[in-house]
Amino acid sequence: MNFLPYLVSAWLFLIGLYGVVTSRNLVHLCICVGVIQSSSYVLLLAIGYRIGRPAPIFIDIKPGTPAVDPVVQALMLTDIVVEVTVMALLLALAVQIHKRNGTLDPNQLHAIKG
Amino acid sequence: MTKAARKILFLISALLLACVFWLGYSQMPPAGFVPSTYGDRVNQIVVPQRHITDAVTAVNFDIRGFDTLGEEFILFTSVMGVVLLMRWRKEPIRGDHEDKAEDRRVPPPSDAVRVASVLLVPATVLFGVYMVTHGQLTPGGGFQGGVILATAPLLLYLAGTFGQFHQVAPLRMVAFAEAAGAATYIFIGGACLALGGSFLQNLLPLGQIGSLTSGGIVPLIDLGVGLEVCGGIVLALLAFLEELVEEKEE
Amino acid sequence: MTPLQIFILLFVAAGGTGVVLTRDPASQAIVVSFYGFLLSILFFVFQAPDVALSQIVVGAVALPLMILLALARVKKQQREYDKGR
Repeated sequence: MNFLPYLVSAWLFLIGLYGVVTSRNLVHLCICVGVIQSSSYVLLLAIGYRIGRPAPIFIDIKPGTPAVDPVVQALMLTDIVVEVTVMALLLALAVQIHKRNGTLDPNQLHAIKG
Repeated sequence: MTKAARKILFLISALLLACVFWLGYSQMPPAGFVPSTYGDRVNQIVVPQRHITDAVTAVNFDIRGFDTLGEEFILFTSVMGVVLLMRWRKEPIRGDHEDKAEDRRVPPPSDAVRVASVLLVPATVLFGVYMVTHGQLTPGGGFQGGVILATAPLLLYLAGTFGQFHQVAPLRMVAFAEAAGAATYIFIGGACLALGGSFLQNLLPLGQIGSLTSGGIVPLIDLGVGLEVCGGIVLALLAFLEELVEEKEE
Repeated sequence: MTPLQIFILLFVAAGGTGVVLTRDPASQAIVVSFYGFLLSILFFVFQAPDVALSQIVVGAVALPLMILLALARVKKQQREYDKGR
Protein backbone atom coordinates (compact mmCIF):
# COMPACT_ATOMS: atom_id res chain seq x y z
CA MET A 1 0.00 0.00 0.00
CA ASN A 2 2.95 2.31 0.49
CA PHE A 3 3.81 1.93 -3.19
CA LEU A 4 0.42 3.25 -4.34
CA PRO A 5 1.68 6.80 -5.16
CA TYR A 6 4.32 5.32 -7.46
CA LEU A 7 1.69 3.18 -9.18
CA VAL A 8 -0.64 6.17 -9.61
CA SER A 9 2.23 8.20 -11.08
CA ALA A 10 3.10 5.48 -13.59
CA TRP A 11 -0.57 5.04 -14.48
CA LEU A 12 -1.05 8.77 -15.12
CA PHE A 13 2.05 8.79 -17.34
CA LEU A 14 0.85 5.86 -19.41
CA ILE A 15 -2.73 7.06 -19.76
CA GLY A 16 -1.54 10.53 -20.78
CA LEU A 17 0.73 8.97 -23.38
CA TYR A 18 -2.21 6.93 -24.68
CA GLY A 19 -4.18 10.15 -25.02
CA VAL A 20 -1.37 11.80 -26.98
CA VAL A 21 -1.01 8.85 -29.36
CA THR A 22 -4.70 8.38 -30.11
CA SER A 23 -5.77 12.01 -30.17
CA ARG A 24 -7.98 13.45 -32.92
CA ASN A 25 -7.81 17.08 -31.83
CA LEU A 26 -4.75 19.19 -31.15
CA VAL A 27 -6.21 20.92 -28.10
CA HIS A 28 -7.07 17.50 -26.59
CA LEU A 29 -3.45 16.53 -27.23
CA CYS A 30 -2.16 19.55 -25.32
CA ILE A 31 -4.30 18.69 -22.32
CA CYS A 32 -3.03 15.10 -22.33
CA VAL A 33 0.51 16.51 -22.13
CA GLY A 34 -0.70 18.28 -19.00
CA VAL A 35 -1.81 14.92 -17.55
CA ILE A 36 1.67 13.52 -18.21
CA GLN A 37 3.13 16.45 -16.31
CA SER A 38 0.84 15.83 -13.36
CA SER A 39 2.33 12.35 -13.01
CA SER A 40 5.62 13.97 -12.00
CA TYR A 41 3.82 15.96 -9.28
CA VAL A 42 2.50 12.78 -7.68
CA LEU A 43 5.96 11.19 -7.79
CA LEU A 44 7.68 14.21 -6.21
CA LEU A 45 4.94 14.43 -3.58
CA ALA A 46 5.49 10.80 -2.61
CA ILE A 47 9.25 11.29 -2.38
CA GLY A 48 8.94 14.27 -0.08
CA TYR A 49 6.29 12.91 2.27
CA ARG A 50 7.17 11.54 5.70
CA ILE A 51 4.46 9.63 7.53
CA GLY A 52 3.02 11.33 10.59
CA ARG A 53 4.75 14.68 10.17
CA PRO A 54 3.01 18.04 9.62
CA ALA A 55 3.52 20.60 6.88
CA PRO A 56 6.78 22.69 6.94
CA ILE A 57 5.05 25.92 8.04
CA PHE A 58 6.35 26.93 11.45
CA ILE A 59 3.96 29.74 12.25
CA ASP A 60 1.73 27.64 14.46
CA ILE A 61 3.90 24.66 15.33
CA LYS A 62 7.03 24.97 17.38
CA PRO A 63 10.07 25.68 15.18
CA GLY A 64 12.30 22.65 15.13
CA THR A 65 9.63 19.95 15.12
CA PRO A 66 10.28 17.39 12.39
CA ALA A 67 8.28 18.24 9.29
CA VAL A 68 7.81 17.13 5.72
CA ASP A 69 10.62 17.84 3.26
CA PRO A 70 10.35 21.45 1.95
CA VAL A 71 12.99 21.19 -0.78
CA VAL A 72 10.95 18.71 -2.80
CA GLN A 73 7.91 20.98 -2.45
CA ALA A 74 9.93 23.86 -3.87
CA LEU A 75 10.76 21.60 -6.82
CA MET A 76 7.05 20.95 -7.28
CA LEU A 77 6.35 24.70 -7.40
CA THR A 78 8.85 25.06 -10.22
CA ASP A 79 7.20 22.11 -11.93
CA ILE A 80 3.79 23.79 -11.82
CA VAL A 81 5.20 27.00 -13.30
CA VAL A 82 6.75 24.94 -16.09
CA GLU A 83 3.33 23.38 -16.75
CA VAL A 84 1.73 26.81 -17.28
CA THR A 85 4.59 27.74 -19.57
CA VAL A 86 4.41 24.64 -21.73
CA MET A 87 0.62 24.67 -21.99
CA ALA A 88 0.50 28.34 -23.02
CA LEU A 89 3.04 27.81 -25.79
CA LEU A 90 1.44 24.56 -26.99
CA LEU A 91 -2.01 26.15 -27.19
CA ALA A 92 -0.63 29.15 -29.06
CA LEU A 93 1.04 26.79 -31.53
CA ALA A 94 -2.19 24.82 -31.96
CA VAL A 95 -4.12 28.01 -32.75
CA GLN A 96 -1.51 29.01 -35.34
CA ILE A 97 -1.57 25.55 -36.94
CA HIS A 98 -5.32 25.83 -37.27
CA LYS A 99 -4.92 29.23 -38.88
CA ARG A 100 -2.70 27.82 -41.64
CA ASN A 101 -4.50 24.55 -42.26
CA GLY A 102 -8.11 25.08 -41.24
CA THR A 103 -8.25 21.88 -39.21
CA LEU A 104 -7.27 20.74 -35.73
CA ASP A 105 -7.09 17.04 -36.62
CA PRO A 106 -3.47 15.83 -36.52
CA ASN A 107 -4.25 13.06 -39.00
CA GLN A 108 -5.31 15.53 -41.65
CA LEU A 109 -2.45 17.97 -41.40
CA HIS A 110 -0.29 18.02 -44.48
CA ALA A 111 3.35 17.25 -44.28
CA ILE A 112 5.71 20.14 -43.60
CA LYS A 113 6.43 21.84 -46.88
CA GLY A 114 9.95 23.03 -47.48
CA MET B 1 0.07 3.79 -40.55
CA THR B 2 -3.48 2.75 -39.74
CA LYS B 3 -5.07 3.52 -36.42
CA ALA B 4 -5.16 -0.10 -35.29
CA ALA B 5 -1.48 -0.59 -36.09
CA ARG B 6 -0.64 2.58 -34.19
CA LYS B 7 -2.59 1.40 -31.15
CA ILE B 8 -0.88 -2.01 -31.14
CA LEU B 9 2.54 -0.40 -31.42
CA PHE B 10 1.65 1.90 -28.55
CA LEU B 11 0.47 -1.00 -26.38
CA ILE B 12 3.73 -2.87 -26.88
CA SER B 13 5.78 0.22 -26.02
CA ALA B 14 3.56 0.97 -23.02
CA LEU B 15 4.15 -2.55 -21.71
CA LEU B 16 7.91 -2.12 -22.02
CA LEU B 17 7.69 1.26 -20.30
CA ALA B 18 5.59 -0.26 -17.51
CA CYS B 19 8.29 -2.90 -16.98
CA VAL B 20 10.92 -0.16 -16.75
CA PHE B 21 8.78 1.70 -14.20
CA TRP B 22 8.33 -1.50 -12.19
CA LEU B 23 12.05 -2.16 -12.11
CA GLY B 24 12.74 1.40 -11.05
CA TYR B 25 10.07 1.72 -8.39
CA SER B 26 10.78 -1.62 -6.78
CA GLN B 27 14.26 -0.39 -5.85
CA MET B 28 12.97 2.72 -4.12
CA PRO B 29 12.03 2.91 -0.44
CA PRO B 30 8.25 2.95 0.16
CA ALA B 31 6.50 6.31 0.00
CA GLY B 32 6.56 8.02 3.37
CA PHE B 33 9.90 6.56 4.44
CA VAL B 34 12.27 8.15 1.95
CA PRO B 35 15.15 9.58 3.99
CA SER B 36 15.94 13.22 3.32
CA THR B 37 18.75 14.71 5.36
CA TYR B 38 18.86 17.95 3.38
CA GLY B 39 15.18 18.64 4.07
CA ASP B 40 15.57 17.98 7.78
CA ARG B 41 18.56 20.30 7.98
CA VAL B 42 16.67 23.06 6.14
CA ASN B 43 13.72 22.70 8.53
CA GLN B 44 16.04 23.09 11.51
CA ILE B 45 17.78 26.26 10.33
CA VAL B 46 14.96 28.09 8.58
CA VAL B 47 13.48 29.85 11.61
CA PRO B 48 16.61 30.57 13.71
CA GLN B 49 18.88 31.61 10.84
CA ARG B 50 16.52 33.33 8.38
CA HIS B 51 13.54 34.34 10.57
CA ILE B 52 11.13 32.95 7.97
CA THR B 53 8.33 30.63 9.08
CA ASP B 54 7.33 29.28 5.67
CA ALA B 55 10.07 26.83 4.82
CA VAL B 56 8.99 26.34 1.20
CA THR B 57 9.17 30.09 0.47
CA ALA B 58 12.53 30.23 2.23
CA VAL B 59 13.87 27.45 0.04
CA ASN B 60 12.40 29.05 -3.07
CA PHE B 61 13.59 32.62 -2.61
CA ASP B 62 16.40 32.54 -0.10
CA ILE B 63 18.27 29.26 0.15
CA ARG B 64 17.86 28.30 -3.52
CA GLY B 65 16.92 31.69 -4.91
CA PHE B 66 19.00 31.35 -8.04
CA ASP B 67 16.85 28.48 -9.32
CA THR B 68 13.72 30.58 -8.85
CA LEU B 69 15.35 33.31 -10.92
CA GLY B 70 15.57 30.83 -13.77
CA GLU B 71 11.97 29.76 -13.20
CA GLU B 72 10.68 33.33 -13.38
CA PHE B 73 12.52 33.83 -16.62
CA ILE B 74 11.02 30.65 -18.00
CA LEU B 75 7.61 32.26 -17.42
CA PHE B 76 8.78 35.55 -18.90
CA THR B 77 10.15 33.88 -22.03
CA SER B 78 7.05 31.77 -22.52
CA VAL B 79 4.77 34.81 -22.35
CA MET B 80 7.07 36.47 -24.86
CA GLY B 81 6.74 33.42 -27.09
CA VAL B 82 2.94 33.40 -26.84
CA VAL B 83 2.79 37.10 -27.69
CA LEU B 84 5.06 36.61 -30.70
CA LEU B 85 3.08 33.62 -31.94
CA MET B 86 -0.34 35.22 -31.60
CA ARG B 87 0.68 38.56 -32.93
CA TRP B 88 1.54 37.49 -36.42
CA ARG B 89 -1.14 38.61 -38.81
CA LYS B 90 -1.13 39.93 -42.33
CA GLU B 91 -2.99 43.17 -41.95
CA PRO B 92 -2.92 45.51 -38.98
CA ILE B 93 -6.08 46.21 -37.05
CA ARG B 94 -7.58 49.55 -37.94
CA GLY B 95 -9.99 51.59 -35.95
CA ASP B 96 -11.43 50.70 -32.61
CA HIS B 97 -10.37 47.72 -30.51
CA GLU B 98 -12.30 44.64 -31.55
CA ASP B 99 -12.92 41.58 -29.53
CA LYS B 100 -11.75 38.56 -31.54
CA ALA B 101 -12.88 35.97 -29.04
CA GLU B 102 -16.45 37.14 -29.27
CA ASP B 103 -18.01 33.70 -29.32
CA ARG B 104 -18.89 33.89 -25.66
CA ARG B 105 -22.54 33.10 -25.05
CA VAL B 106 -23.43 36.40 -23.33
CA PRO B 107 -22.94 39.37 -25.66
CA PRO B 108 -24.38 41.92 -23.22
CA PRO B 109 -23.51 40.38 -19.87
CA SER B 110 -26.43 39.62 -17.59
CA ASP B 111 -26.98 41.54 -14.42
CA ALA B 112 -26.10 38.58 -12.26
CA VAL B 113 -22.63 38.38 -13.80
CA ARG B 114 -22.07 42.09 -13.35
CA VAL B 115 -23.17 42.11 -9.71
CA ALA B 116 -21.06 39.05 -8.95
CA SER B 117 -18.01 40.60 -10.51
CA VAL B 118 -18.50 43.91 -8.71
CA LEU B 119 -18.53 41.99 -5.44
CA LEU B 120 -15.69 39.65 -6.36
CA VAL B 121 -13.14 42.03 -7.87
CA PRO B 122 -12.18 43.91 -4.69
CA ALA B 123 -12.11 40.68 -2.69
CA THR B 124 -9.87 39.06 -5.31
CA VAL B 125 -7.45 41.98 -5.40
CA LEU B 126 -7.30 42.12 -1.61
CA PHE B 127 -6.71 38.39 -1.34
CA GLY B 128 -4.03 38.51 -4.02
CA VAL B 129 -2.17 41.32 -2.26
CA TYR B 130 -2.46 39.44 1.05
CA MET B 131 -1.06 36.29 -0.52
CA VAL B 132 1.89 38.17 -2.08
CA THR B 133 2.88 40.10 1.02
CA HIS B 134 2.50 37.21 3.48
CA GLY B 135 4.63 34.83 1.45
CA GLN B 136 7.25 34.37 4.09
CA LEU B 137 4.80 33.78 6.95
CA THR B 138 2.03 31.50 5.68
CA PRO B 139 1.58 29.31 2.60
CA GLY B 140 1.52 31.56 -0.41
CA GLY B 141 4.11 33.69 -2.08
CA GLY B 142 4.77 35.66 -5.19
CA PHE B 143 3.61 33.19 -7.80
CA GLN B 144 0.30 32.21 -6.19
CA GLY B 145 -0.62 35.78 -5.33
CA GLY B 146 0.36 36.99 -8.78
CA VAL B 147 -1.98 34.58 -10.52
CA ILE B 148 -4.81 35.51 -8.14
CA LEU B 149 -4.21 39.19 -8.91
CA ALA B 150 -4.34 38.42 -12.63
CA THR B 151 -7.86 37.03 -12.35
CA ALA B 152 -9.26 40.42 -11.34
CA PRO B 153 -8.98 41.98 -14.85
CA LEU B 154 -10.34 38.71 -16.20
CA LEU B 155 -13.49 39.17 -14.11
CA LEU B 156 -13.79 42.67 -15.59
CA TYR B 157 -13.50 41.21 -19.08
CA LEU B 158 -16.23 38.69 -18.37
CA ALA B 159 -18.62 41.23 -16.93
CA GLY B 160 -18.00 44.24 -19.11
CA THR B 161 -17.17 45.21 -22.61
CA PHE B 162 -13.79 44.75 -24.10
CA GLY B 163 -13.17 48.50 -24.14
CA GLN B 164 -13.53 48.61 -20.37
CA PHE B 165 -11.10 45.74 -19.94
CA HIS B 166 -8.65 47.54 -22.15
CA GLN B 167 -8.98 50.69 -20.08
CA VAL B 168 -8.09 48.81 -16.90
CA ALA B 169 -5.23 46.84 -18.42
CA PRO B 170 -3.70 48.71 -21.38
CA LEU B 171 -0.98 46.90 -23.21
CA ARG B 172 1.87 49.28 -22.42
CA MET B 173 1.23 49.26 -18.68
CA VAL B 174 0.90 45.50 -18.47
CA ALA B 175 4.09 44.91 -20.45
CA PHE B 176 5.94 47.45 -18.35
CA ALA B 177 4.68 45.85 -15.12
CA GLU B 178 5.85 42.43 -16.21
CA ALA B 179 9.28 43.65 -17.23
CA ALA B 180 9.61 45.70 -14.04
CA GLY B 181 8.84 42.66 -11.91
CA ALA B 182 11.41 40.54 -13.67
CA ALA B 183 14.00 43.31 -13.46
CA THR B 184 13.38 43.72 -9.73
CA TYR B 185 14.64 40.20 -9.07
CA ILE B 186 17.89 40.80 -10.93
CA PHE B 187 18.26 44.26 -9.44
CA ILE B 188 18.01 42.91 -5.89
CA GLY B 189 20.61 40.28 -6.67
CA GLY B 190 22.87 42.86 -8.24
CA ALA B 191 22.42 45.18 -5.27
CA CYS B 192 23.53 42.38 -2.94
CA LEU B 193 26.55 41.87 -5.19
CA ALA B 194 27.36 45.58 -5.13
CA LEU B 195 27.10 45.72 -1.34
CA GLY B 196 29.88 43.20 -0.99
CA GLY B 197 28.06 39.90 -0.68
CA SER B 198 27.34 37.25 -3.26
CA PHE B 199 24.48 37.36 -5.78
CA LEU B 200 21.12 37.09 -3.96
CA GLN B 201 22.72 36.75 -0.55
CA ASN B 202 20.38 37.80 2.23
CA LEU B 203 22.02 41.07 3.33
CA LEU B 204 19.07 43.09 4.64
CA PRO B 205 18.26 43.02 8.38
CA LEU B 206 16.28 39.90 9.12
CA GLY B 207 13.57 41.45 11.27
CA GLN B 208 11.35 39.83 13.87
CA ILE B 209 9.97 36.33 13.37
CA GLY B 210 6.34 36.55 12.31
CA SER B 211 6.25 40.17 11.16
CA LEU B 212 5.70 41.32 7.59
CA THR B 213 9.25 42.60 7.22
CA SER B 214 10.97 39.41 8.32
CA GLY B 215 13.27 37.49 6.07
CA GLY B 216 15.50 40.18 4.62
CA ILE B 217 15.19 40.31 0.86
CA VAL B 218 12.38 37.74 0.61
CA PRO B 219 9.41 40.20 0.86
CA LEU B 220 10.97 42.39 -1.85
CA ILE B 221 11.51 39.44 -4.15
CA ASP B 222 7.93 38.32 -3.45
CA LEU B 223 6.62 41.70 -4.61
CA GLY B 224 8.72 41.59 -7.75
CA VAL B 225 7.66 38.06 -8.61
CA GLY B 226 3.99 38.82 -7.93
CA LEU B 227 4.12 41.82 -10.25
CA GLU B 228 5.83 39.83 -12.97
CA VAL B 229 3.48 36.86 -12.82
CA CYS B 230 0.38 39.08 -12.78
CA GLY B 231 1.62 41.08 -15.74
CA GLY B 232 2.65 37.95 -17.61
CA ILE B 233 -0.70 36.21 -17.27
CA VAL B 234 -2.71 39.34 -18.24
CA LEU B 235 -0.38 39.79 -21.21
CA ALA B 236 -0.95 36.19 -22.33
CA LEU B 237 -4.69 36.82 -21.92
CA LEU B 238 -4.46 39.90 -24.13
CA ALA B 239 -2.44 37.95 -26.69
CA PHE B 240 -5.07 35.24 -26.92
CA LEU B 241 -7.69 37.95 -27.39
CA GLU B 242 -5.59 39.31 -30.26
CA GLU B 243 -5.54 42.77 -28.88
CA LEU B 244 -1.96 43.80 -29.40
CA VAL B 245 -2.56 46.96 -31.35
CA GLU B 246 0.63 48.81 -31.93
CA GLU B 247 0.24 52.51 -31.34
CA LYS B 248 1.58 53.51 -34.73
CA GLU B 249 -0.72 51.25 -36.69
CA GLU B 250 -3.90 53.14 -35.85
CA MET C 1 -1.07 5.65 4.90
CA THR C 2 -4.45 6.84 6.05
CA PRO C 3 -7.58 5.71 4.17
CA LEU C 4 -8.21 9.31 3.07
CA GLN C 5 -4.85 9.39 1.28
CA ILE C 6 -5.47 6.07 -0.43
CA PHE C 7 -8.94 7.16 -1.51
CA ILE C 8 -7.76 10.47 -2.93
CA LEU C 9 -4.91 8.79 -4.83
CA LEU C 10 -7.35 6.42 -6.51
CA PHE C 11 -9.63 9.35 -7.26
CA VAL C 12 -6.76 11.21 -8.91
CA ALA C 13 -5.97 8.19 -11.10
CA ALA C 14 -9.63 7.98 -12.14
CA GLY C 15 -9.69 11.73 -12.78
CA GLY C 16 -6.67 11.55 -15.05
CA THR C 17 -8.32 8.74 -17.01
CA GLY C 18 -11.46 10.84 -17.29
CA VAL C 19 -9.50 13.81 -18.66
CA VAL C 20 -7.93 11.69 -21.38
CA LEU C 21 -11.10 9.87 -22.36
CA THR C 22 -13.12 13.09 -22.80
CA ARG C 23 -12.67 13.77 -26.49
CA ASP C 24 -14.41 17.13 -26.93
CA PRO C 25 -12.04 19.95 -25.89
CA ALA C 26 -14.76 22.25 -24.59
CA SER C 27 -16.03 19.73 -22.05
CA GLN C 28 -12.47 18.66 -21.41
CA ALA C 29 -11.73 22.15 -20.09
CA ILE C 30 -14.28 21.64 -17.32
CA VAL C 31 -12.95 18.16 -16.54
CA VAL C 32 -9.41 19.58 -16.37
CA SER C 33 -10.58 22.20 -13.91
CA PHE C 34 -12.07 19.50 -11.69
CA TYR C 35 -8.91 17.38 -12.05
CA GLY C 36 -6.79 20.34 -10.97
CA PHE C 37 -8.96 20.74 -7.92
CA LEU C 38 -8.58 17.01 -7.13
CA LEU C 39 -4.81 17.32 -7.41
CA SER C 40 -4.81 20.26 -5.03
CA ILE C 41 -6.80 18.23 -2.48
CA LEU C 42 -4.19 15.49 -2.90
CA PHE C 43 -1.38 17.94 -2.19
CA PHE C 44 -3.25 19.26 0.81
CA VAL C 45 -3.78 15.79 2.27
CA PHE C 46 -0.07 15.03 1.80
CA GLN C 47 0.92 18.11 3.84
CA ALA C 48 1.96 20.44 1.00
CA PRO C 49 -0.22 23.58 1.33
CA ASP C 50 1.99 25.91 -0.73
CA VAL C 51 1.92 23.57 -3.69
CA ALA C 52 -1.84 23.05 -3.26
CA LEU C 53 -2.44 26.81 -3.54
CA SER C 54 -0.30 26.95 -6.65
CA GLN C 55 -2.14 24.04 -8.22
CA ILE C 56 -5.54 25.60 -7.50
CA VAL C 57 -4.71 28.88 -9.16
CA VAL C 58 -3.01 27.24 -12.13
CA GLY C 59 -4.96 24.07 -12.75
CA ALA C 60 -8.44 25.28 -11.92
CA VAL C 61 -8.26 28.89 -13.14
CA ALA C 62 -5.45 29.69 -15.53
CA LEU C 63 -5.36 26.45 -17.52
CA PRO C 64 -9.10 26.14 -18.39
CA LEU C 65 -9.06 29.85 -19.19
CA MET C 66 -6.31 29.39 -21.77
CA ILE C 67 -8.01 26.33 -23.23
CA LEU C 68 -11.36 28.09 -23.64
CA LEU C 69 -9.75 31.18 -25.16
CA ALA C 70 -7.84 29.02 -27.64
CA LEU C 71 -11.08 27.26 -28.57
CA ALA C 72 -12.89 30.57 -29.07
CA ARG C 73 -10.08 31.77 -31.35
CA VAL C 74 -10.23 28.52 -33.31
CA LYS C 75 -13.98 28.81 -33.79
CA LYS C 76 -13.64 32.34 -35.10
CA GLN C 77 -10.80 31.36 -37.42
CA GLN C 78 -12.83 28.39 -38.66
CA ARG C 79 -15.59 30.72 -39.78
CA GLU C 80 -13.13 32.98 -41.57
CA TYR C 81 -11.42 29.97 -43.16
CA ASP C 82 -14.73 28.60 -44.44
CA LYS C 83 -15.73 31.98 -45.81
CA GLY C 84 -12.45 32.44 -47.58
CA ARG C 85 -12.44 29.04 -49.30
